[in-house]
Amino acid sequence: MSRAVRFIPLAVLLLFVGFVAWRLAVPNDEKIHSRLTGQPVPAFSLEPATGEVSALSSTDLASGQPRLLNVFASWCVPCIAEAPLLAELERQGVPIDAIAVRDRPEDVAAFLAKHGNPFERVGSDPESQVQLALGSSGVPETFVVDGKGIIRYQHMGPIESGDVALIRREWERAR
Amino acid sequence: MIAEAGLAALWLAAALAALQLALALGAGGDQGRAIATVRAVAIGQGLLTAIAFAALIALFLRSDMSVLLVAENSHSQKPWIYKFAGAWGNHEGSMLLWVMVLALAGAVLALLERRLDERTLGASLGAQAALALGFFAFLLMASNPFERLNPAPLDGRGLNPLLQDPGLAFHPPTLYLGYVGLSVAFSIAVGGLVRREVGPAIARAMRPWVLAAWIMLTLGITAGSYWAYYELGWGGWWFWDPVENASLMPWLAATALLHSVNVLAARGGLRAWTMMLALVAFSMSMVGTFLVRSGILTSVHAFAVDPTRGSFILALLTLYIGGALTLFALRIADVKEGAPFDPVSREGGLVANNLFLSVILGIVFVGTLYPLIAEALSGEKLSVGPPYFNSVASPLALILAALMLIAPQLRWRRDSMPLMPRLAPGLGVALVALVASFILAPGIGWLPRFGLAIGSGLLPASLQPLLGRSFRRTPLAVWGMALAHLGVAVAILGMASDSAFTKEKLVAARPGETVHVGPWLVEFRDVRPAVGPNWTALEAELRASRGSGVTVLKPQSRFFAEPPTTTNEAAIDTSWNGQLYAVLGERGEQGHWQLRLWWKPFVTLIWLGGILIGLGGLLALVGRLVRERRQRRNVEEAFA
Repeated sequence: MSRAVRFIPLAVLLLFVGFVAWRLAVPNDEKIHSRLTGQPVPAFSLEPATGEVSALSSTDLASGQPRLLNVFASWCVPCIAEAPLLAELERQGVPIDAIAVRDRPEDVAAFLAKHGNPFERVGSDPESQVQLALGSSGVPETFVVDGKGIIRYQHMGPIESGDVALIRREWERAR
Repeated sequence: MIAEAGLAALWLAAALAALQLALALGAGGDQGRAIATVRAVAIGQGLLTAIAFAALIALFLRSDMSVLLVAENSHSQKPWIYKFAGAWGNHEGSMLLWVMVLALAGAVLALLERRLDERTLGASLGAQAALALGFFAFLLMASNPFERLNPAPLDGRGLNPLLQDPGLAFHPPTLYLGYVGLSVAFSIAVGGLVRREVGPAIARAMRPWVLAAWIMLTLGITAGSYWAYYELGWGGWWFWDPVENASLMPWLAATALLHSVNVLAARGGLRAWTMMLALVAFSMSMVGTFLVRSGILTSVHAFAVDPTRGSFILALLTLYIGGALTLFALRIADVKEGAPFDPVSREGGLVANNLFLSVILGIVFVGTLYPLIAEALSGEKLSVGPPYFNSVASPLALILAALMLIAPQLRWRRDSMPLMPRLAPGLGVALVALVASFILAPGIGWLPRFGLAIGSGLLPASLQPLLGRSFRRTPLAVWGMALAHLGVAVAILGMASDSAFTKEKLVAARPGETVHVGPWLVEFRDVRPAVGPNWTALEAELRASRGSGVTVLKPQSRFFAEPPTTTNEAAIDTSWNGQLYAVLGERGEQGHWQLRLWWKPFVTLIWLGGILIGLGGLLALVGRLVRERRQRRNVEEAFA
């Protein structure tokens, strides 16, 4: 048996170990990718959620430049947690619209007064109809919609501090 | 106190393993190296580990909820057998069982081994101690089964109901005895390589250990297969699940080893290859343990996933397998090859056996890891399932079985006698069965068709080595071989029959309706509530009739409160020619119930075959031990 042949089993082992070690080190991608990605926003037209904000319809989202669409509610605790991060995105120049789900005007007004209002428009979706049409099953969720009104990215659950860069990147990619 | 005592016993055992390794490496000088000392330390290590394991069992039986593991996996209102078996129905407990088998295997090696010379045995016990030390470290640092929970909860979370089955009491212990028992062959091979003593003596010493581990592994896999068959309610008996593969791979390597070790013991051939297989068999056990515990692959057997545990085991297996393979590469050049042999000879047949088993092992290994490779290369998540394994591994397994028609009839070294008379019974029956299958069952697939033919041919062929011998003077090992080969034939017939002739019905039925499946007429009588020790259930009553025979089946949908889970308990009626298998599904609209019925002709032969294979191994083992004892006594008498 030549010298090289004798070391083949060891080489196979090292290959195996190197490979699985790398797999262990790289965490699994457990994100669920939305089926709505690549689809146009369903047609809708919503009343303003309070007296102080503008109404929102699907045509507003196809404005020629990418925007975020945030689905939230005043009664939703995680939405409070993500409010400062939405404000941060707005400061970075990302335009954001929102849909308030199953909410009352006075509650939405109080929420925006207390936690800030980074939104250009806030539509009211009292029966969750638009939310369901968007394929969103809970609050909060955030969509990246490109200039033609096509959904490019869906973020389920609250935006956490680690997600700001990710969402900003998705928003830039949608340009 | 019990938990602390168990933990202390574990630490002491680890200390003894360290001592054993140090002595084997020569730390105590020649006196420390004295084999009596090393033997005593190894036995102490085994006993202490067994005490730790007994402590864990006691904690589960007493439902001591101040122990984290008990609180997370047990419940006071659980039948005692599941409290007992539940001790290893979780990661930490099963790992303790694993380590106990490792330590006990070392202890038994120290206690019983008389064939190896002292220095080789010393080196082997050193290798065994090195293995144990790493796994003790894993238990104590990353998987402590005795961790306390403060404050203690009032009661535990319960055991996964799928595991609340007598199968849990039998399947893991036998399986672990098998696949951790292979560590002894590994250690003896390491001892032989270290001492440059690779020859028939090593093979003869290794053989009973390989046999014993292989018997347990065979029975453990057979039991696991039957358990999955009746408990999961999917009607299948093998799913090519990564963890099933993790037990199949050491079995394939051990089966190859079992055959090649005979060539080395009897003829002095296949030295390097046999050593390689001895290292690979237990390496596959470690790789299997890694795959199961690291969560790197998803499987029905998944334990709580923890990447640090995965990394720990990966480091251990790199160290051990890497060390052993390096030793192999450095030392194997010194090994002289044994007597030459013709391609057409018993040795040639065994080489072919080893070749096919190794290729199948490679196929299973690649198929098991392929999802990982694919995800890494293309980012695609996919699973490799039965279509791949069945279409690639099964034909090879059939060719291997066809070789079994021939090879056992060959003589050692070279065979110049006419072959056909010896091969006629097996090949003739196989041919007749093949023709009959075309006439009687023209529509079945080619894989089950050849399975039926080759399985039938193997029935006479496997018994043929017994012919022409005096029954009383035939060595038990030959009886064992014949029985094990007969078991393979029986199992193949069961598998082929199941895949060719199974009838399946999925219906939505109302009480009072009848369903036909195979030869059976099944009347759906009623659904009623039923109660067990820690569950409530909806139980269907099915009255199945065939000719004049009537039987009642009661499949259940069981609800467990702790933890809240529903399981489907299949009802199975076994007759001599097959099983009727019924599962009660969901309640549909308007009083309809989902019913799933299978008629599986001769499916039981699969597990009967597995048991015969194990029994054949047992006969061979007993034969070898008795014979050796007699020889030793003769030698002693001659010198007395």
